[in-house]
Amino acid sequence: MGSRGSHAALIPDVDSIRRETGFSQASLLRLYHRFRALDRNKKGYLSRMDLQQIGALAVNPLGDRIIDSFFPDGSQRLDFSGFVRVLAHFRPIDDDTGVRDPKQPEPLNSRMNKLRFAFQLYDLDQDGKISRHEMLQVLRLMVGVQVTEEQLESITDRTVQEADEDGDGAVSFLEFTKSLEKMDIEQKMSIRILK
Amino acid sequence: MDLKTFVPFSPCSRWLLLVALVGSEASSDLNESADSPAQHAPKAWFAASSSVPDERISVFELDYDYVQIPYEVTLWILLASLAKIGFHLCRRLPGLMPESCLLILVGALVGGIIFGTDHKSPPVMDSSIYFLYLLPPIVLESGYFMPTRPFLENIGSILWWAGLGALVNALGIGLSLYLVCRVGAFGLGDLSLLETLLFGSLLSAVDPAAVLAVFEEARVNEQLYMIIFGEALLNDGISVVLYNILIAFTKMHKFEDIEPVDILAGCARFIIVGCGGVFFGVIFGFISAFITRFTQNISAIEPLIVFMFSYLSYLAAETLYLSGILAITACAVTMKKYVEENVSQTSYTTIKYFMKMLSSVSETLIFIFMGVSTIGKNHEWNWAFICFTLVFCQIWRAISVFALFYVSNQFRTFPFSIKDQCIIFYSGVRGAGSFSLAFLLPLSLFPRKKLFVTATLVVIYFTAFIQGITIGPLVRYLDVRKTNKKESINEELHIRLMDHLKAGIEDVCGHWSHYQVRDKFKKFDHRYLRKILIRKNQPKSSIVSLYKKLEMKQAIEMVETGILSSTAFSISNQAQRIQGIKRLSPEDVESMRDILTRNMYQVRQRTPSYNKYNLKPQTSEKQAKEILIRRQNTLRESMRKGHSLPWAKPAGTKNIRYLSVPYSNLQLPERDTRAPESSDDHGSGSEFPPITFSAPSRTGMLQERRRTQETIPMRNLPRGGTALHFGHHEGNGSHEELAGRGRRAAVRPRPLFHAVDEEYESGEEVEGAASAAGARWTAEQGHNRGHHESQSPLLQRK
Repeated sequence: MGSRGSHAALIPDVDSIRRETGFSQASLLRLYHRFRALDRNKKGYLSRMDLQQIGALAVNPLGDRIIDSFFPDGSQRLDFSGFVRVLAHFRPIDDDTGVRDPKQPEPLNSRMNKLRFAFQLYDLDQDGKISRHEMLQVLRLMVGVQVTEEQLESITDRTVQEADEDGDGAVSFLEFTKSLEKMDIEQKMSIRILK
Repeated sequence: MDLKTFVPFSPCSRWLLLVALVGSEASSDLNESADSPAQHAPKAWFAASSSVPDERISVFELDYDYVQIPYEVTLWILLASLAKIGFHLCRRLPGLMPESCLLILVGALVGGIIFGTDHKSPPVMDSSIYFLYLLPPIVLESGYFMPTRPFLENIGSILWWAGLGALVNALGIGLSLYLVCRVGAFGLGDLSLLETLLFGSLLSAVDPAAVLAVFEEARVNEQLYMIIFGEALLNDGISVVLYNILIAFTKMHKFEDIEPVDILAGCARFIIVGCGGVFFGVIFGFISAFITRFTQNISAIEPLIVFMFSYLSYLAAETLYLSGILAITACAVTMKKYVEENVSQTSYTTIKYFMKMLSSVSETLIFIFMGVSTIGKNHEWNWAFICFTLVFCQIWRAISVFALFYVSNQFRTFPFSIKDQCIIFYSGVRGAGSFSLAFLLPLSLFPRKKLFVTATLVVIYFTAFIQGITIGPLVRYLDVRKTNKKESINEELHIRLMDHLKAGIEDVCGHWSHYQVRDKFKKFDHRYLRKILIRKNQPKSSIVSLYKKLEMKQAIEMVETGILSSTAFSISNQAQRIQGIKRLSPEDVESMRDILTRNMYQVRQRTPSYNKYNLKPQTSEKQAKEILIRRQNTLRESMRKGHSLPWAKPAGTKNIRYLSVPYSNLQLPERDTRAPESSDDHGSGSEFPPITFSAPSRTGMLQERRRTQETIPMRNLPRGGTALHFGHHEGNGSHEELAGRGRRAAVRPRPLFHAVDEEYESGEEVEGAASAAGARWTAEQGHNRGHHESQSPLLQRK
């Protein structure tokens, strides 16, 4: 990798990206290569189709939603900084979180931000709440065909009921985090290679 | 559920077989009173029949000797198979102990029977049978099923560890045992250094693949997996090479006057043998790949070619005293990629299954021999030797693991943690290889062979059982930090979602490796090798027909099982739901949790999953099919909405036509239920497009697929089967820009199975998806994808 060090200069805005995401130089370089590899026609940005061509995502039940999460706010083009920003959520949490400047925005890979990222997979209409309907849809995606509709509906009911505290029939972000407080999110949503 | 009914069955039939075996052996004892030779020489496959003349023509005769050897061999194999069936029926067992333990037990059982009935003639395993017939299938199988990419990525560490590890272990155990032997009190004074070194070398043949299945549940990371797999793969070869060199030494110098020149020559020979073997293997691999290019008209001989060439590589290497094992491994690795693309689908399946079958037969036979040896009179028990052997095995393995990995960690991007190293240390299970090498020691050179055999057996039993059984819990203990308490349904769902999410993001990140070398190799491969070795005009029809089979069969099944007929789910049902959340009893919650656990899709495994004794189960393929079909339906649904243009466009896809055939039946019930739909079903109120999927002409471009980003919220269309879920992606709640818009731009072909060659990086993803979907996606040259980047508001989200 040594000889490719000079290529860091090819990455636009590399410093601001580094600051924002916290990736190391080497990781950024690798991600950049990956970005370029995915960008088949050398457009300089990624479109949905480029991501859809990742075969393994096609057989991921949440593949479409994952792709959609790369394109927030209806944009159609994903540039490198957007790409990296999403991936930054999956960086392992740094150990030195003890002393952090409270004025700075939370790092992208903090627990809250990871949860927020996961939350947006459920909450398609971005209203800050997972309605029962949205929960049902996610459930449908993730479950095999043998489960009947009735069972799905009752599972959905139960899920919402368990998490919903204020009784509005939907799960807000706070309720979501609360229901997962015992879980080791950091480990579940961290990818080792993204140091 | 099945446990109770089936377990009594298999022991029953096992007993029947045992009785048959005993009966046949007993009767054969009777027959042996005639002058047929009771001891079968190793090479004599056919026993002489009785030559006592009969006086009358007998109406009923029994000639057991004629069929004895094949008969017994078949019985043994059947017995082992039945045991395996029973083993897998019991759901908990496979997670508890490795399958090799089972085989050892079966072997011991057969050995016990043979010993007990004083039967004298199991076919004795000798050197040529083992090396020529029993060993190659085992090695071929592990070489063939090895995942190439992770192997090559970690090749440095694997070679370092397997090669040096074997050497260190062999020398260490040999030397320390020699020192122990010097201590006069143990009665081992006559063991020379060479003998102990040889013993050390045969003990270094580790078979950790046997335990891979046991800790697969804990999902160890890919590198660890590969190291263990690679070690299993190369270890056999290396220890056999070492063994042969040392045997040659022993033959030459019976009196321990070895000069340094000889030692140097030995080292040089080691390297030459290893590299020469690999070289041979690669050559044969290329030849066989080349030949399979021309076999499309006689696909029945394709498996034959594959097997014969691999075997030939082994034999050719052995002729020159090169390492046949490494040759056959290299052959399998080289030819696999090209052969898989050239060969027809059925041949591919045949090759896989036949390989597994052969290797499993071989291994079973070896374990049976081992069992027969165990229970017999050929033992020499020496407490000191055996105990020290055991101790030294463990110690030296620990030393080699920690020392070697300490060094290799300095050079690795992702170092192995101490936890990983502990797992590697603990997975040092000895298997059939060690036993065979011990058994085949020439008695003339090793007067104390029995001692060696006994000690080897003890080590094998100990490591296989004790380490094999405890490694699963150990790995799980090391991996799982939190206690495994029951999770709520919420948590389960979210955990699974996050696992899927993580797997998806990992796929987006791709595999990071050393770019340059890999890129260069891929370029070379692409430019030269593939052109030579791969059949031209890879039939797209194979993909098409495959996909067609996929969908047709699924659709037909669904119709037949009546999933779709239960579409008349009332809306009233839904209305009921909205009111009041009923309190659910704990049993309900339990059952819900059960449903969830059993039915949620598995996360795609990124680590290759290799089971030595079985081929990957079909569930992941089924799952992948379901997911793919569901996405297709989403697509199709969204296409249905835009009824204007796409049908006229000649960019129809073959598969849509095929899909429509059963699909059209399914459309009808849906229509009716649509009527009472509430109006928030966007766009569904408008007229349905005529079911003219067949209208678009087919250009056979499977890749072209129309896809809109908008998905139709057919959410209020409850269906019995979730497979035909249309638009379960809620279109962001707001409008989809559908009907009426110029859908010209919407025709954005989306290749679902994209080219392997397209971009070197992404070849790997297709491999992953391909294995998941259980199909072989043939390489497509990069076709024009016609990226119509659609600017229409169709693709806007809000």
